[in-house]
Amino acid sequence: MSSHRHNRPLSEVELRVKALESLLAEKQLIDPAAVDEIIETYEHKVGPRNGARVVARAWTDPAYKERLLGRGSEAIAELGFSGVQGEDMVVVENTDQVHNLVVCTLCSCYPWPTLGLPPVWYKSAPYRSRAVSDPRGVLREFGVEVPASTEIRVWDSNAELRYLVLPKRPAGTEGMSEDELAGLVTRDSMIGVGQPRSPRG
Amino acid sequence: MNGIHDLGGMHGLGPIRPEPDEPVFHEDWERRVFGLMVATFGGGQYNVDEFRHAIERMDPAHYLESSYYEHWLSAVETLLVEKGVLSADELAARKAELAREAA
Repeated sequence: MSSHRHNRPLSEVELRVKALESLLAEKQLIDPAAVDEIIETYEHKVGPRNGARVVARAWTDPAYKERLLGRGSEAIAELGFSGVQGEDMVVVENTDQVHNLVVCTLCSCYPWPTLGLPPVWYKSAPYRSRAVSDPRGVLREFGVEVPASTEIRVWDSNAELRYLVLPKRPAGTEGMSEDELAGLVTRDSMIGVGQPRSPRG
Repeated sequence: MNGIHDLGGMHGLGPIRPEPDEPVFHEDWERRVFGLMVATFGGGQYNVDEFRHAIERMDPAHYLESSYYEHWLSAVETLLVEKGVLSADELAARKAELAREAA
């Protein structure tokens, strides 16, 4: 798909990938068109917009919020978001008393159906090592100040259980529709390293 | 298993560097590795625990130096070879062939 722009020698890793793909295709263990489809889905169709719909619904519908905090995967599936790496979801709510932060210290577990694929920093050694030992320092690096009186809870994801943060609804959003509210919800606010946008921009 | 992947609480690994407006993939080969992993995983060639364990078995120094999707590539290669789907010789031969074609 991008062979036209290769006027340099392929790197070692590019050669390994091409060798692997061509052998798997030859043995009919993969269908390259199906591989394209998988890539297209996760690059363009699945992403934090999905999680933002979930959060905005929880902000506007108390019964939904209760279901979401009680049985995360089922409530998220009500909005049509389910599948690989989202089978067992736990949604944790930020309040004035508690701020939640999600990490995967061992690797990269992340709720794909609601947030898409994780950013590089989430999978990096600095974040994975420090989120559990110095969460306030990590939050400061992201520009998030959490009052000393607020408890910070760090959730270490694993292959069986993934977390989504339900951020606090920003002040000044009383008259806003669910769609408008979804526009305020950022990826980082659903990982716990950010706050939703303010309605005043 | 206690190994290099078990990073929680480790000191001295440097600042976190978020990238503004980060793309989902940074290189075309990362796209392909992602797609190949999901396709072979979905095809039942291995399960998620085997996949994670194969990453954890990487050489620890190389684990820290290499990028995330290279971890995935290493794990897919390791598992498909161990399960007899492909051989290491086949992979090496195909790589050499592709390198000659591209030169």
